[in-house]
Parts: sequence; C-alpha cells; structure tokens
Amino acid sequence: MTAAETRTYRLGEFHQFEGGGRQFLYLVPAGAIFEMDQAVAAVIGELTEGEATHEQLVGRLVDRGFLDDEASELVGELFRARAIVAGNAWSDATPEPLEPPPANFPLQSLVMNLTNQCNLSCQYCYEFGDDKVATPDGKPKFMDLGTAKASVDFLLEQSSGRKAVHITFFGGETLMNFPLLKQVVAYANEQAAAQGRTIDFSLTTNATLLTPAIIEFLSENRIGVTVSMDGPPELHDKLRVFANGRGSYDIIEPRVRALIQGHRTRPITARVTLTKGVTDVVRIYRHLKDELGFHEIGFAPVTTSPDRLYAINERGMDGVLEQFHVLADEYLEYALRGEMHGFTNVSDTIAELYQGVNKSHPCGAGLGLMGVGPSGDVSPCHRFVDSDTHSLGNIATGVDREKQADFLARGHIHAKYECQTCWARPLCAGGCHHEAFVRYGDTGHPNLHYCDWIRDWTDTCLRIFGTISAQNPEFLEKFAERKAL
Amino acid sequence: MKHLRAINRKARRIDDLVTAMSQDAVEDVVALQNQNPPPAARPHVPMGCALAFSPGWEVDSAGGTAGLCQPVERDIYDCYVTCFWPAQVPDHLNNYPDWANKCAAATKDWRNLDLVFP
Repeated sequence: MTAAETRTYRLGEFHQFEGGGRQFLYLVPAGAIFEMDQAVAAVIGELTEGEATHEQLVGRLVDRGFLDDEASELVGELFRARAIVAGNAWSDATPEPLEPPPANFPLQSLVMNLTNQCNLSCQYCYEFGDDKVATPDGKPKFMDLGTAKASVDFLLEQSSGRKAVHITFFGGETLMNFPLLKQVVAYANEQAAAQGRTIDFSLTTNATLLTPAIIEFLSENRIGVTVSMDGPPELHDKLRVFANGRGSYDIIEPRVRALIQGHRTRPITARVTLTKGVTDVVRIYRHLKDELGFHEIGFAPVTTSPDRLYAINERGMDGVLEQFHVLADEYLEYALRGEMHGFTNVSDTIAELYQGVNKSHPCGAGLGLMGVGPSGDVSPCHRFVDSDTHSLGNIATGVDREKQADFLARGHIHAKYECQTCWARPLCAGGCHHEAFVRYGDTGHPNLHYCDWIRDWTDTCLRIFGTISAQNPEFLEKFAERKAL
Repeated sequence: MKHLRAINRKARRIDDLVTAMSQDAVEDVVALQNQNPPPAARPHVPMGCALAFSPGWEVDSAGGTAGLCQPVERDIYDCYVTCFWPAQVPDHLNNYPDWANKCAAATKDWRNLDLVFP
C-alpha cells in the first residue's frame, strides 16, 4: 500500500476567484496564486460536499470520465501543492507555535521626524488631534544635527548586510526643518558611499513651504515626494487648515504644480486621507491626477476612534469601496493596454500579490522600519514617534530589545485569534498597529472594524491580478523589481 | 504541474517543489515516529492534570510506549485523581469512591490500584 491510498482528503485553505473568464486559487497559508483547470474544479466540487478517502475521490473522478491514472495524478498534484489536504480538522486545531520575533532583523528604512512642529492644524492629525499618542512635552521640537547624524549612523549600523537602505523624512511638517534635511542628505550619502552602499530618500510634506530652490534640491537628489492632499479645494479645505481655520488649498496648489513640473527624477505621489464628507474618491482622483498631474494617488481612511465627528461610518465606507471599484476597473483597462494607472491602492496590492507575500506582521514597523523623533527616541514607526508609551529606546542608548520583542510578539499574526480563519490574512496580518492602538488600545489587536472591507478589496485586486495574468502577463513583470511593502 | 499554473512568485516556488517531489519514489507508509525527515523535536510538556505522577498501564505489543495514542503520563490513574474520564477509570463520584483508598502515594502504591467489576 502507498501512503496516498491511506489518506482522507478535504479541501485545503484557499480563496477561489475568477478573472478574465478563468478560475484561480489563492492558497492562503502560502500566499501562492494558481490558475486552475476544469479538472481541479472537479476535485473541489467533489470535496465541497465533505471529506473523501483516496479511493472514493479517485472513484468519483473516474465516474466523471477521468482515467484512473489521470485521477490519481491529479489528486497527487493537488495534495502536494496543498490545495487539498489529508487528515481531520483536529490536526489543524493544533495551534502553530508562536514564533519568536526575529532577533536583530536588519533595518531597511528609517523614518526621521525632523520636527514635530507643523504650520497646519488639520483636525484629524494623529500627531496633534484628539486621538494622539505623542507625548511631546519637554522634548525638543526640532531635531538637531547631532541626533540626525547619530540616526544615520544607527541606520547604517543596524542594516548590516543590506546594500541599499532608505530614509524617509517626516514631521510635523518636514520642510519646517529643511536646513537639517539638506545636511542629512549630504552626510548620509557620504557615509553610505564610504561603506560602498547606497541610500535613497523620500519625504512627506503638506507642500505649503515648497520653493523653487527646494524643488530643485529634491529633484537633484532624487528625493521621492509624497504630498498630503485631500482633493479639490472644497474637500481639501474642510480639514486641512491653518491654525486660524483658513484652508490651505490656495497656498499649495501653485507649489504642487511647480513641484510636479520641476521634479523630474521621481514620481510625485499624493496621499489622501478620507474623512466624513471627504469620500468622493473618483472626483478626488480626477482632480489630483488629471488637473494637477500627480503620478500616483493613494487613499486611506482616517485613523480615528469611531465617535469623532470626522470618522467615516460604515455606510460611508461602503461608498468608498464602491468608488474604489470604479478606479480599480479603470486600472485594469490601463493594465491590459500595458499602461500604468496612478491608483496606488491597486498597484501596492498587486506588488504584494506578485511576490506572494505572507506576512507575520502587518508592516515592517519595529522590524525593518523604525521611526526616530526630534529627541532621538526610537519608535516602531513615524506614527508612534514622541510617544513615551511606545518608545523602543533612543538613538543614543540603542534599541530596547525587550520592548521591541513585546511589540512584535503582540503584532504577530499568530497572536491574533480572529485572523486565523480569514483568507485575507497573508496580506493584512491584522492591519495597522497604530490604528489598532487608537481603536482598541492595543497595538496587537486585529482591526476588526475593516475586515469585510479588506476581504472585498483583496478579492478585487486578486481578480485584477488574475485577469492581467491571463490577458497581458508581461504587465506583471513591472512588479518584479518593485519592493513589496 | 499539469492542472495548476503558477502565476505569482510564491506559486512558482511551490511548483518547483511539487515537481521535485513527484519525481521521488512512491511514498511509503511510515510509522509516526519514523518520519523522514523527523519532525522537529519539541519539549514534551505534560498538560493539565498530568502534572501528577501517573503510572502507565498500557504498552504496545512490543512492550514499548512510544507509539501509544497518548503519552503514558496521561493515562488511567490521572483520569481518576484529578478529573473524571468515564470510559477509562472507575466512577469515583458515585459507585467506586474508595477505588484509590489503598494508594496513598501514587509513586509507591500504584500497584494497589485494581480493576473493578461492575
């Protein structure tokens, strides 16, 4: 007797979807995507009813017209790929041991908050708004050169083995400390070059302080720019205001145009925060893409506790999803013609699907990415900068490995009970640590308020991925080099 | 693979693996403790009631205990002392409250535990 003949099969863990008239399987424990043929559909059909022994399953396939050998081979193939599995559900119930967080994971990116000061007073800001976690009292408001240099050294030292590393400048409003930014770029380039490594830069800004000289510097140094901007004036000015309540659109519009025109070395991205009343995704997209000329536009609902006035309720989120679908359809049309569409929410997901990522943690925070504040305090990411509760140490004294391990243990997918049966977990892994803290008071809590949303969106992107793979597979090669987030 | 076409990187790795596996010889039936490669050794941590000393009553046909369906440490006596498991031990709640009376210390008196005949 062979081992195969003793098996009792049932369906493995996968999400089945359709795209471009073909059928696909997304194998959840692996993050693998396969196109399947009719024979696979037959096996799935047979096992959907319940378990079957090897003999029963092969027998039923033979009844459907397969030759005996063919049926055995088919079953063997699906078993080895784990589209079907053997054994009873009890064996699945044995919990996977919680892997210890990887120790000394080399850094890839450092987010440097050059200042915690800002010239705008956007009401929803996670750094200053009602849900803030930052405790900046008594700490420096601007990073000094010493701390900045130490941060660069820290990045280079903690990223040993990586040829290329990355610095993101952040704030506050990043450009309020532009003199330091320039010095950091010079110092970092010099230090990286001395080690035969490369370092690249990006920054996020509200665009109010852009000048022709700054734009020229950014372009010359290939610094990627993300502008926080919420759409046309009537939407943008609702919450992105100066301290006196005046909207910021008129100030930034000419500067954004100059930036897009003058900065030719990297794509310019807009980052839109969706809030109650600012959910007209398609209109915002058209304005930013067609009228202003941004290369890419990414959207995210505001991070907030649910009772804030600017929080989007469930119906609002359904509306957002509908509009995401409109842009997703458009993305697909572009992709089938071999053109890049600018809707970042799709391209980021496709990049991850292309690799087949299967995340232990929702993002690199506390692993390959850390944030450092003006005081030199290290945090899991820029969203936790200046927060005493979430600090992971200081540039001067090093990372507190115990705190880091605690943060990573909480955020690990195996620690999130609700996620264990969700097919979207390879990409989502429970969602943003910061959002979880704001919503549930625990960075390791799964973000249960957007599960349905995530599953719908992942399914949408899978369908796009499947359709492209069937009709214009060369397009996907564009993602070969693109780093999955 | 014939029926599944890999369309992302992870799937291609699985494809390579499956192709390599199917070129191997037919898989044979193996006993659990003889798996190749052997499963990763994990510490045996007795759970729950098995923290008490519990003599094992079962052995397999060769006198060994490695292939039993549950570790000997979790066998009969434990079910009686710390929690009641009706199929394995006398019912000490109603019918055989004195079953273990002659066994004051399990480590030395376990031989005094006897069968009951309902």
